[in-house]
Amino acid sequence: MTDPQNPVGPQEQPGGPAASDATATRSSQAGALPPPRPTAAPAPVTPALLLLTVLVIATAGLVYELLAGAIATSVLGNSLRQYSLTIGVYLFSMGVGSYASKFIDRRLAERFVDVEYAAALIGGTQGLLLFLAYGHAVAFSLLLYVTLFAIGMLVGIEIPLLMRILRSELDFKDLVAKVLTFDYLGALLGSLVFSIVLVEFLMVPLEQIGLLFGLLNCAVGILSTWILRRRIYPALRLRLRIKGTVVAATLLCAMFYSGRLRALGEQELYGDRIIFAQQSAYQRLVVTAGDGRVQLFLDGNLQFSSLDEYRYHEALVHPAMAAARRRSRILVLGGGDGLAVRELLRYPEVETITLVDLDPAVTRLARTLPALRKLNAGALEDPRVELVHDDAMVWLDQARRGPFDVAIVDFPDPNNFALGKLYTRRFYQLLSSALSQEGLAAVQSTSPLLSRESFWCVEASMRAAGLHTAPYHVPIPSFGEWGYVLVGRAPLAPPRSLRQKGLRYLNDGVLPGMFVFPQDMARVDAEVNRLNHQVLVRYYSRELSRIF
Amino acid sequence: MRWSRREVLSLILGAPLATRLLACDRPSQRETPREIEGRLLGQDHRAGHRLRSSPPGDDIFARAPVQTTEVVIVGGGPAGLAAAYQLRRNGQRGMRLLELEAELGGTSRDHRGPSEALANTRAPHAFPWGAHYITQPLDHNRPLQSLLSDMGVLESDGRAVREQYLVRDPKERLFYRGFFYEGLYPAIGATQEDRRQWQRFGAKMQALARMRDGQGRPAFAIPMRYGSDDPTITELDRISAATWLTKHGFTSERLRFCVDYACRDDYGLTLHDTSAWAMVLYYAARIDPATGRGTQVITWPQGNGALVAFLRTSLAADQVRSHSLVVDVVPKPEGTGVSVHAIDTRSGKPMRVDARCAIVATPAFVTQRIVRPIRERTAGDADRGRQVDYGAWMVANLHLSERPQERGFEQAWDTVLHDSPSLGYVNATHQRGRSFGPTVWTYYLPMTDRDARAGRRRLFEPDYSHFRDAILLDLRRAHRDLPQKLARLDVFRWGHGMIQPRVGTVWSPTRRTTSQPLGPIHFAHTDLSGLALFEEAFEHGVRAANEVTAVLRGSNG
Repeated sequence: MTDPQNPVGPQEQPGGPAASDATATRSSQAGALPPPRPTAAPAPVTPALLLLTVLVIATAGLVYELLAGAIATSVLGNSLRQYSLTIGVYLFSMGVGSYASKFIDRRLAERFVDVEYAAALIGGTQGLLLFLAYGHAVAFSLLLYVTLFAIGMLVGIEIPLLMRILRSELDFKDLVAKVLTFDYLGALLGSLVFSIVLVEFLMVPLEQIGLLFGLLNCAVGILSTWILRRRIYPALRLRLRIKGTVVAATLLCAMFYSGRLRALGEQELYGDRIIFAQQSAYQRLVVTAGDGRVQLFLDGNLQFSSLDEYRYHEALVHPAMAAARRRSRILVLGGGDGLAVRELLRYPEVETITLVDLDPAVTRLARTLPALRKLNAGALEDPRVELVHDDAMVWLDQARRGPFDVAIVDFPDPNNFALGKLYTRRFYQLLSSALSQEGLAAVQSTSPLLSRESFWCVEASMRAAGLHTAPYHVPIPSFGEWGYVLVGRAPLAPPRSLRQKGLRYLNDGVLPGMFVFPQDMARVDAEVNRLNHQVLVRYYSRELSRIF
Repeated sequence: MRWSRREVLSLILGAPLATRLLACDRPSQRETPREIEGRLLGQDHRAGHRLRSSPPGDDIFARAPVQTTEVVIVGGGPAGLAAAYQLRRNGQRGMRLLELEAELGGTSRDHRGPSEALANTRAPHAFPWGAHYITQPLDHNRPLQSLLSDMGVLESDGRAVREQYLVRDPKERLFYRGFFYEGLYPAIGATQEDRRQWQRFGAKMQALARMRDGQGRPAFAIPMRYGSDDPTITELDRISAATWLTKHGFTSERLRFCVDYACRDDYGLTLHDTSAWAMVLYYAARIDPATGRGTQVITWPQGNGALVAFLRTSLAADQVRSHSLVVDVVPKPEGTGVSVHAIDTRSGKPMRVDARCAIVATPAFVTQRIVRPIRERTAGDADRGRQVDYGAWMVANLHLSERPQERGFEQAWDTVLHDSPSLGYVNATHQRGRSFGPTVWTYYLPMTDRDARAGRRRLFEPDYSHFRDAILLDLRRAHRDLPQKLARLDVFRWGHGMIQPRVGTVWSPTRRTTSQPLGPIHFAHTDLSGLALFEEAFEHGVRAANEVTAVLRGSNG
């Protein structure tokens, strides 16, 4: 192993007394390097400042490690496994780095700064890169461990290098004690700052935390070109500083654009090209196009695909319209995309359609985005349609409008309590009171195949509200086997024939079969979903976790 | 005197928490873009304090304008209103009710009408200023069942509660170490032993709910007159809840956090000062012995103000006189009735109501001063009024233009913060079903001092801005951007908020005799039970009304 023998400018002094005898014997090897003028001892540096860099490096190193663990957990789940693997891989790669440090023989100070920059760049952008890749599980894992290994290795190189740089300044005893003390102190600082200050207190997004520490790491690198200036060729100093500035600028850019870059990651998640994305007050709206299809996602959940939405919406609307005695006053709850309204407008006897959707952004999108307008045929502009933006349940309770001849109920699946309330017995009581005596409603009720208990729980809640039910289902390629329930205040029989001919999916032949449930979707006993005891949210999340 | 920010916040939130929160409080975040509007509200305690001096002489009232009626009710809180409701049910129409405050309702008071700070139709139109829930009455509590039935809260069978009046799921969430979790029990990180104790505690309370005394009465029931007064059970009143838990091996910190929270929530006392009997009552009387399940919580967006509003309809507008400070309740000689002396707090003019019977539905410390026979009996008694303590409470309403940021489990009816002296907040739009947009949060802070008077000082010494800062400091832990969403914050100070069931007070001999009538004067108030619950107040009001009805019918017949 060799000692750092760094070029010293003519103006600089030889090494201090503490270093002189330890380095004297190695000066001959140093002569093999290409310094302009070899000296007998390394130029002095300020140990206190370098020790401070140890602290910063250690803090940043630990933050990178924790960040990897946190992001891996948020994407892959299983926190125990993710944290054990990231910690293990990281520490191991640090060991590899430490070993590799022995192969660095020359220009230690310059190499040290380079290592800092590399760690800053990879460590800083790792979080962002991982978010970009989170659509692809394999690529994500690969990227996670490759970057983790690289960062670990770089951080593993740093400490031995620094110890060797400082070797001429301190006793071996002192050196080991001080460097390791600051190293471990940095680890503590990193863990506290990361979890308590940044994540919990300041709520900084994870990818921003990475970039922040990348910048810090880079700053230490640039600063080191001054602290170690006497061991770096004057010509190289400037080069190193420029490199540092480029790295810092890259990180700053990434920070500035991280929002847009994350959207790129979202793009990956959706597969098709995103043609519209917006965060409304209530949810995230994304519309994608590609492969001859348009898809709408709310909070990442597919609402429809233009390839087969006609199956979904024909099945939602026409059985109820076929069974209803009167079809003049229609209520649509949810369904702000206008596709159910498009189907309803086929009936000339329809006089009014009241559409209640929570989110004005959805109906605005349906009216203004050409791809959606084309799909819903401008249904929401029809003079018969009245738009109301309110929570459907609160509206039913307070507006007391009606009675309606037919209601179409099309809410997102009950994956939280705020949505779950729209599937409760109380909700169906309110729905019932909005219907005329012979009125009917068709309700989107999740999949009887994928979430069988949830489907029958919805049906049981309707019966508990005093409604008569006729459940049915259709296959929809984008969703799988999908379920609806036709409900009425009076006993009802499944319709035998449609009133609307020329549909794309439904005809009188398939209609009766939709009301027949095969064995694997047949009724199961389920509790009633009530406002004060929302079993449905629990059923649904349990069944969902079984699928994914 | 001038207080430092740290001193005042320590006074309100307690020194350890204030220190910790101030340490991470950055001035840049403290500054809100605009000054938050709001003010201090409270009862008319200046008028109330006039009672401390001796009442004006009878000659003033002899000449004062007089109203004559059958029954006069003193106090328009839940007990007085329950009495009016029951009298009306009994066919009694001749009654007058006198109330000191501008508004009826006592500690079940609410705010009705749109929030001016939130000029938005989706904002809540009603929110509580005090008590905000009751629990589903068990079958022994027929009177409360019929009230709820009259209100349309019960299904047609008269027992099951209509879904929309039960607290909507999710009911509670806990802010614990940076995140919200469902429920009140901090399950995350609980050890096997913690879980075992939590289960054993539940089983123990179920056993106590099923327990009967020698006469077949349940050991614990609400209202407590349906429960046992057997000394083997009431002796629990002599130890604290903390002692009881330790004695039964309940040492888990997580369990004790929950029980302490329950005591602070219902009684305004810590585990160490609450009577073990009252603590057990909280749990055991709310388990249906038939099913072993907890009784459901009934609530309205405006809290118990909904009950007050309904009870109020038993009285015509001219039967209620607010701003009336009753100073003396005087039985007439030879059992010919009762005369109530009052002063209009706005004009300062005296007035008198003569009636055949009176129902005094005021807190015990007021009753002692205004009912002449009691005042005369206890005159010169140095200990007068010292047997019972009243907890001081601060209730704040925060008007929010939209929902602040948060992390973890979704919004619930009741949000509790671990490591907070407050009880957290109740969300006024939850029961309505709105999860987005403007809302009002009602934040509760009981002063749980060992010395109740020290708690009262802590309530009255700080000014408005101190309370506002303390509340924001406490809640900003969970909602960083709260100040930006806050349109208004009002603070209500209840100096004598609730009677406190301290160790040895609930089953003290004096408490047990005070509900007996004194000639034509009958008594109704939750204080007669030694704890502050709507159910107890209602029970006493109904009982007093039935006593009066029997007397009047007896003398008529």
